[in-house]
Amino acid sequence: MLGAIQKYFAHLLELPDAISQNRYRSLRKIMVLSMVLVSVAPLLILSLVSNAQYMRTLEREMESPVYAMARKSQAALELYLGERISTVSFLAHAYSFADLSDEPRLNRIFLSLKSEFQGFVDMGLVDTDGRQVAYVGPYKLKGVDYAGEPWLRETEMQGRYLSTVFLGYRGYPHMVVAVHRLEENGMSWTLRVATDTLRLQQIVSVVGPEHDTDVFLVDKDGVLQTDSSLYGKALESMGMDMPPQSHETVVRRVTDAQGRQLMVASCTLTGTEFVLMAVKPVADAIRPWKLVRSELLLVLCGGIALIVLVSRILMGQLVNRLQASDERRVAAFAQMEHSQKLSSIGRLAAGVAHEVNNPLAVINEKAGLAMDLLALDSGSGNGSDNGSQYRKRLHDLLEGIASTVERARGITHRLLGFARRMEANRQTLHIEEIITETLGFLEREAVNRGVSLEMELAEDLPEIVSDRGQLQQVFLNLVGNALDAVAAGGSSTVSAGAFVRVGCRYEEDTGIIVSVTDNGKGMSPEVLKHIFEPFYSTKADKGTGLGMFITYGIVRRLGGEIHVESEESRGSVVRVILPQVPPEVPVEV
Amino acid sequence: MALRVLLIDDENEFVDTLAERLELRGYKPSIAYSGQAALQALRAEKPDVVVLDMLMPGMSGEETLRRLKNMYPNLPVIVLSGHGMVQDDGVGTADQAFACLTKPLALSALLETLAAAVRAAAVDAEGDTP
Repeated sequence: MLGAIQKYFAHLLELPDAISQNRYRSLRKIMVLSMVLVSVAPLLILSLVSNAQYMRTLEREMESPVYAMARKSQAALELYLGERISTVSFLAHAYSFADLSDEPRLNRIFLSLKSEFQGFVDMGLVDTDGRQVAYVGPYKLKGVDYAGEPWLRETEMQGRYLSTVFLGYRGYPHMVVAVHRLEENGMSWTLRVATDTLRLQQIVSVVGPEHDTDVFLVDKDGVLQTDSSLYGKALESMGMDMPPQSHETVVRRVTDAQGRQLMVASCTLTGTEFVLMAVKPVADAIRPWKLVRSELLLVLCGGIALIVLVSRILMGQLVNRLQASDERRVAAFAQMEHSQKLSSIGRLAAGVAHEVNNPLAVINEKAGLAMDLLALDSGSGNGSDNGSQYRKRLHDLLEGIASTVERARGITHRLLGFARRMEANRQTLHIEEIITETLGFLEREAVNRGVSLEMELAEDLPEIVSDRGQLQQVFLNLVGNALDAVAAGGSSTVSAGAFVRVGCRYEEDTGIIVSVTDNGKGMSPEVLKHIFEPFYSTKADKGTGLGMFITYGIVRRLGGEIHVESEESRGSVVRVILPQVPPEVPVEV
Repeated sequence: MALRVLLIDDENEFVDTLAERLELRGYKPSIAYSGQAALQALRAEKPDVVVLDMLMPGMSGEETLRRLKNMYPNLPVIVLSGHGMVQDDGVGTADQAFACLTKPLALSALLETLAAAVRAAAVDAEGDTP
């Protein structure tokens, strides 16, 4: 797997043989993707892990206060309720049935009780049969029969009993404390005292609100015994599933009927049927963190966006550089190849020229000798008419041979000159010579194609120091291109007056300006934009597309400039400006 | 007095024909087909002027020229080369050769150069003799 990835990357990064846009596009995409992935993945992982961690910590943090609150409330409530029961129990044991059945005494006892302890509402004595034989309080409950009531049965069984909250006669919540007494004489009776839940409510709800915790009591069926800020008033149903019953405080995370997440601490209160509930909505605890989190999320998103942006820019630049560098390298190789091709052609040409020169020389001498002999012969007066006619013809023929040799000699010498000057060197030279020479090369081709080659050389052209061979290459390329442009449609379509003109003049501040003008097919602005690019050619079947690229390079390296103007169907002008002396420092091409 | 010209060239046909043409014009040509042969001929007899082809197998034109000049420093040498410019031979031929002509040879040019070379040598010789 790793090997495959490595190989893929190596393939993308190696030097290509040909430049294709797609290759670099996909390279760019891959690099950006990799960079973003490598940067963003750890970021995301860290964020997710941190978030989870922190949430977990927050939860745990939430548990403790709720737990503590429940325990504290549990302690306080058990104390209070225990005291309530103990008070009644004390009364039941301090007084006998006889004492309590005496109503005035019962009343006095009740008043004393009320003066010390807040909340007691009424008091009643229930005999063994369940009848309330004595009663003190605001209601008419004397004589009520409680036989068979569950609270009475509970009291008789447990000895002491605290009821759950119920709605009393006056419409507000009450509890009943009942204590059963079995006297030595066998009398069994129950003391029943009702108390309101105000104090209970107070104790329950004193601390909770500070900590956003709702503390309340419920009975075993989930009916509220005290008011709950979350679930309603006393005696309404809590609406939540009952927690597991245990005296030990238990903390759970619960989702209630309304879908709220809650932290619930619960415990039973000994000696009662109450369950204490301390409820804290998780959302409240989490809210501050959520606020911060959403800000952090913004930062995260911003960060990721920034990473993506920077990656794209950087990688874009990098890959562009890479592409440019590859292109330059490929072009350089091509140029080198081209150069080498030219130099081998040059060597070949030189070889051929030399080989041809020798037989040419022989032909020349023999024809010359023949003419010499002919002249001698005619000089000796051998004068028959026919004879002199033949002699004349012979002489003319021999002269023809000699002049043809002269022509051939011109060609071979030109070839040799071209080949020799392939080597780069700097020398003082007359630019007119090079121009003339170059045009000489192309003259035949121009004539064949019906194009007239013209020269407009100024009189006062100074000498310049430059490289002969390279200048020759440049002019050959430019004039050749001009010829191709004019004769583009084939010699049959060349219009009369088609010309290629090479002009040369000197301007003091600028240098030597050589212009190649033609009235050929011209170039569109689109083509002009790309004209100096390597591998760009408008000639469908010939040319490497390197001519202008190389020409540009040569001219720049010689310290000059090259400009092209063109108009479609009108023609083109290429201007080469050369300094009289080339620059010392190599020019950045 | 007929001028003695030593023609040094490995192209037999060429040099033979050239010699014949010079003879017709009153010169006294001698031929050597190689550098070695030329030096031998030079030891036997000193010519008035030498025509030397630079492109020869065996002993090169440059070598022949050097040795020749060692033997007879004042002997004018007309060099034949396939090129045009003396400088391009690159071996300092310019110092040693009187002139450089190209092949194929225009006879008129050769005749003029021969005359000029001999005249120059005569001037030099007059200058040398005390």
